[in-house]
Amino acid sequence: MAVDTATAVAASAAPRTGGLRRFVGYRLLSGLGTLVFVLLFNFFLFRMLPGDPAARYRAVKNISAADLARIRAELNAPLLQQFWDYLRDPLALNGISAWKGQPVWDLVGGRAWPTVVLLGASTVVSVLIGVWVGIKAGWNRGSRFDKVSTGVTLLFYATPEFWLGLLLIMCLSSGIGPFPGIFPSGGVIDSGIEPLSVDGALSVAEHTVLPATALGAVYLAEYSLIMRASMVDELGQEYLTTARAKGLMDHAVRRRHAVPNASLPTITLIFLNIGFIIGGAITVETVFSYPGLGLLTFEAVSEQDFVLMQALFLVFTGSVIAFNIVADIIIAVLDPRIRT
Amino acid sequence: MSAETVPSPTALTPRAVTRARRKAALGRFARAYALHRAGLFGLAILATFALAALLAPVLFPRAMLDITQTVNNEALAAPSSEFWLGTDENGRSVLAVLVWAARASLVVGIAASLISMILGTLVGICSGHYSGLFGSALQRLTDWFLVIPFIPLVVVLAAVLGQRGLGTIVLVLGVTSWPGTARLVRAQTLSVEGRPYLERAKVLGGSDWQQMSRHVLPNVMPLVLANTTITVAIVILSETTLAFLGLSDPFLDSWGTMLDNATGAGAASTGAWWYLLPPGICVILVVLAFTLIGRALEAVLDPRLRER
Repeated sequence: MAVDTATAVAASAAPRTGGLRRFVGYRLLSGLGTLVFVLLFNFFLFRMLPGDPAARYRAVKNISAADLARIRAELNAPLLQQFWDYLRDPLALNGISAWKGQPVWDLVGGRAWPTVVLLGASTVVSVLIGVWVGIKAGWNRGSRFDKVSTGVTLLFYATPEFWLGLLLIMCLSSGIGPFPGIFPSGGVIDSGIEPLSVDGALSVAEHTVLPATALGAVYLAEYSLIMRASMVDELGQEYLTTARAKGLMDHAVRRRHAVPNASLPTITLIFLNIGFIIGGAITVETVFSYPGLGLLTFEAVSEQDFVLMQALFLVFTGSVIAFNIVADIIIAVLDPRIRT
Repeated sequence: MSAETVPSPTALTPRAVTRARRKAALGRFARAYALHRAGLFGLAILATFALAALLAPVLFPRAMLDITQTVNNEALAAPSSEFWLGTDENGRSVLAVLVWAARASLVVGIAASLISMILGTLVGICSGHYSGLFGSALQRLTDWFLVIPFIPLVVVLAAVLGQRGLGTIVLVLGVTSWPGTARLVRAQTLSVEGRPYLERAKVLGGSDWQQMSRHVLPNVMPLVLANTTITVAIVILSETTLAFLGLSDPFLDSWGTMLDNATGAGAASTGAWWYLLPPGICVILVVLAFTLIGRALEAVLDPRLRER
C-alpha cells in the first residue's frame, strides 16, 4: 500500500490496519482466557464422579497390570497433583480408555475425519439452500413464497435431527413397500476400499448423503430465518433507492447491494453454529452408525468411559472456541465498524 | 399517565389505581397478541397437549402402560381398531404411551426452563447492575458458559451425575441453559439503568436490592418471559435427545424414550412407522407451539420487532 505518499491518507489508514491487528490480538487473548476456563471446568466436572473410577478398568481385558497400577496411582494422587497431570496432558494423549484399554488419542484421532466430512457437507448444503430461501423470502416479504417457506423452516427448526435420520433410514435405506432402499444405513465407507481414491470418495459420499441431509435440514431453517430477517432490515435502506434510481434491475439491486450487506449475520452464524452442529452430530452419527466423534461420544457415554469423554468434550469445546474467534475475525475484516 | 383508565374516583386507593392500570395493560397486551395468528395457533396446539397430558389417567388407565399386563398383546402390531396407533415392542398401545409421555416432556420442559429463567435473570440483572469487578466477573462467566457446546455439556453432565431420575434431568437442563437468558437480561438491564427513574431511585437512596427488584426486574420481566417460552422449546428438544441417548430415566415414558425404544426394537429397519412417527410429530408440534408463542410474545413486547 502506498500509505506514505499522502499524510492525510496515512493518518486515516494507519489506525485502521492497526485496529484490525489489535482486534485480532485482543480476540486471541480472550479466546485463551476462555480456554483456561474450559480446562478448569473440564477438570472439575469429571471429579464429581461418584464411586471408584479405577474399578471401571477391571472389566477391560487387554489392559496390562502395569497400566492398571499406573492408573490407580494417578487416581489416588492428591487433587493438585492430578490437576498438574491433567494440565500437562489435557487431551489425555496418554490416557487409557476404560472401554477399549488403548490410548484415548488413538480412538479420537481415527474418528475425526468422518465428522469433519459430515459437518462440512451438511454445512455447505444447508448454507447454500438456507441463504437462497432467506434472500428470496426476505426480498418478497409477505409473498406466498415467504409465508410457505417461513412455515416450513419453523417446522424443520422444531425437528429433532435424529428423528429425521430415522425417517430417512426407514424410507431410503430400508425401503418402503415395493421400493428398495437406495442408500446404506451405516458406516462411512464400504470395507476394503482405500479412502483416498475415487472409489473411496464415492463410497464416503454415498454413506454421507443421508446423515448430512438429516443434520443439514435443521440448520437450513436457522440460516434462512436469519438471512430473511437481515434482508428485511435492508429493505427500506436509502442506498437501495439510490441503486434503483441509477436504473439497476431489481435482481441486480438485490444481488449487488442488498445481499452483501445482509449476509454478515449469517456468516457469523455459520461459525457460531459449530457448537450446535456437534450436538446434532452425536445423535445423527449414532442413528446412522457413522463412525465419527459423535458416535464415539455415544459409545463413551454408554460404556461409562470418562477419560474418553473428557478428551472428546475438550476437543468439542476447543473447536467451538476456535470457530468463534474465526467468526469474529472474518466479520472484523468484512465490516470495519466492528473493530473497536 | 393512565389515570383515565381508573374506573371511579371514589375508590382511588393506590392499590386500586395499580390494579386498574395492570388490568388495562393486560387487556392491551391480549389485544396485541390476538393479532398474531401464528401465536394463537401455537397457543391452541399447546392447550391441546396440556389437556391430553392432564387427562391421561382418564383416557388411558395407568395399567395400560404396565408391561406385565400387556404381554398377551401382539408386539409391534400395525394400527387397528383396538390400538389406533398400533403397539410397541411390549405390546403396549402406542397412543396410550404417547399421551402419558406428554406429561414427562411438558413437566421437564417447563421445570427446567423455570430454573434456567431464575438463574439467568439473577446473573443478568446483577452483571448489568454492578459495574465493578463483580459485574464484569459475572459477564465473563456468562460468556464462557455460552461458548461451551450445549448438547455435549448436557450429555456429559447427565453421564457424570449418573442417577437418571426426572429430577436429575430437570437439574441438568436447568443449570446448563441459562447463559442465553443472562446475556439478554444484562443488555436489557443496562438500557433500563440509563433511564431517569433509576437515577431518581439512586438519588433517593434506594438500596441496590430495591433498585434491582422494584425497578429493573419489572421492566426486564416481559422479555424474560418471552425468552423463557423459547427456552422451553429448546429444553424439550434436548430432553428428547438425552432420552434417545439413554441418559434419561429408563422407567419414565417420554417421547425421547419412545424413540430410543423404537430404534432398539428396529422400528426404522422393519418399517414400523406407527411407532416412529407419532413421538417425533408430537415433539415437533410442542416445540413449534412454544417457538410460535415465544416469537409472538417477543413481537408484542419488543417494539423494534413490530411491523415485521
